[in-house]
Amino acid sequence: MEESNLSEAVESSAASTSGSSRKKLSMPVRYLINAVLVAVFIVVGELMIGSGTITRYQTTVLEQVGIYILMAVSLNIATGYLGQLPLGHAGFMSVGGYSCALFIMHMQGTLGLTVRDFVTGSPAAVVLFCAGLLFGGVMAAICGLIIGIPALRLKGDYLAIITLGFAEIIRVVMLNIDGVLGFELTGGARGLTGIPSYTNFLNTFLVVVISLFLIHTMMKSRHGRAILAIRDNEIAAEASGVHTTYYKTLAFVVSAFFAGIAGGLYAGCIGVMAPAKFGFMKSIEILVMVVLGGMGSMLGSVLSATVLTILPEALRAFADYRMVVYAVVLIIVMVFRPQGLLGTYDFSLTGTLERVINGELPWRKPKKEVDEND
Amino acid sequence: MTSEKKRSVLVQMEEPNLIPERDLGHIPVLQAKHLGIDFGGLTAVDDFNLAMGRTEISGLIGPNGAGKTTIFNLLTNVYKPTRGTVLLDGYDTAGKSMVQVNKMGIARTFQNIRLFSKMTVEENILVGLGNSMSTKLVTDLFRLPQHWRQEAEFHDKAMDLLAIFDMQKYAKAQAGSLPYGAQRRLEILRALGTRPKVLLLDEPAAGMNPAETEELMENIQKIRDEFQIAILLIEHDMSLVMGVCEAVGVLDYGKIIAKGTPEEIQNDPRVIEAYLGKQGVN
Repeated sequence: MEESNLSEAVESSAASTSGSSRKKLSMPVRYLINAVLVAVFIVVGELMIGSGTITRYQTTVLEQVGIYILMAVSLNIATGYLGQLPLGHAGFMSVGGYSCALFIMHMQGTLGLTVRDFVTGSPAAVVLFCAGLLFGGVMAAICGLIIGIPALRLKGDYLAIITLGFAEIIRVVMLNIDGVLGFELTGGARGLTGIPSYTNFLNTFLVVVISLFLIHTMMKSRHGRAILAIRDNEIAAEASGVHTTYYKTLAFVVSAFFAGIAGGLYAGCIGVMAPAKFGFMKSIEILVMVVLGGMGSMLGSVLSATVLTILPEALRAFADYRMVVYAVVLIIVMVFRPQGLLGTYDFSLTGTLERVINGELPWRKPKKEVDEND
Repeated sequence: MTSEKKRSVLVQMEEPNLIPERDLGHIPVLQAKHLGIDFGGLTAVDDFNLAMGRTEISGLIGPNGAGKTTIFNLLTNVYKPTRGTVLLDGYDTAGKSMVQVNKMGIARTFQNIRLFSKMTVEENILVGLGNSMSTKLVTDLFRLPQHWRQEAEFHDKAMDLLAIFDMQKYAKAQAGSLPYGAQRRLEILRALGTRPKVLLLDEPAAGMNPAETEELMENIQKIRDEFQIAILLIEHDMSLVMGVCEAVGVLDYGKIIAKGTPEEIQNDPRVIEAYLGKQGVN
């Protein structure tokens, strides 16, 4: 199998180097195609929500899909790309969620915004929303930095345990900080209520798209290559001049940052933040999404986060059995595809398009012919 | 360990014109002085001295466990030496990290190949070339024009490097799926990408067939001539060592037991003894 991969790759790169005949999409065209698709998706989604084809409940599920996509993809930076196994991703999510919610709740009064402004999307509300998300992300990133510096000296199981411990610390802090500070901040075990529902389908989708774009561009740059090099061989990376401590910390912090942003969206989507929601099981749930989709594959994370968020909702009719089905799905995938559904495969729409217009279809051997079937 | 005791010197500092045509410049590019390391009670390397000219190809041979790879690890600061100093271009490398040593100008390959096996061949080279890339994270995140310029420039550089071993056709292939010999060559290219002054090759011909070894010999010389760098290599394949090296040091039990030109080494009774044992000398 390895061999066939090699010959295929050699063939295709030989074709790309030798052939000026091979058509390529220019960079603006590539961006245009993707931008148009994003726009179409938003318009269709908004129309369907507006007309009631997608119910309110389904919209909430869609928002959660977006949130979990962002969680899975951000965890994938630390697991799939950096090759570590942090078990405290829910901790960063809760830091981001609480920070963002508190920031927006406090600034809302100062700016004199009402709940209505978030629904209609007045400019001030949009600015506050962005600022809140960024604040949540930055707070989570700071936590990521604090935990990352000591944790990344360890490897494997030890790193897993230390991050797990850290997530528990965050949870307990959120639970008890009111009593310690002596004034109302997080609401303790009762939870933080009265969060304006600033999350909707449109802004969730946009935030997720922008985040995925930024993660993608990071991974396709020299910084991303350095992170992947550390995963593949840390000593060789160091001997090749890759500053391993810096890049490990960077990957960890970026991972925490986007988890924080997802947390901010989550707070606005659910409307209530309670420490109990961000326990160990939440971290595991997200890790399962990443492992199931394939560590190191962004599309894999996106797909499995989508499926694993919708599946429990879709199976609500079989309430008693849904967790059984969920578990069986996981076992089957792990037995037959231990590398995850997509392995490390990553999908490029424009790359695929290029192959199609060059007639390089998987089921067709000769490469010379131009496509007839559009 | 007195500093007067300099019996084991790969290239004598005091007589820089041992081989007259060698370009030693004013200072040797790489120097090791009385280098030694103990692991617990075991002395793995003891009183190792070395001075390499700017464009010199030297070899380090010795039986298994003689301490050859340990010396590479000392030179690249993987291990902290117990005794002695390493000077690169006259600068002490003590206390520097592996990354800093690499940036100062020592690049290496590994005995057991250490490639970024899930990345493509081109990406492997680009990681090595990363030393000379300068874009900030923000530039790359938002793909500003500078990002594209740099990516294009370094894509060409990577292809130029691959051309040395005629490996352009593998550019898009996964590094781990390459044939063994190609993996070794890729590792050398990756090391070259970091723009070293000294290249350390740990058993570059291991697992290669005679034809490939022959090709490697030519390429080692080609690399030296083209990049004007010094190359120090560890090798068990005598045809390669004798064919390509200008000076050879023989290591046994962590000490240099013989040094000189390949011809001198071949006929040195101490070398034969170290390899074959006393009974073999008849």
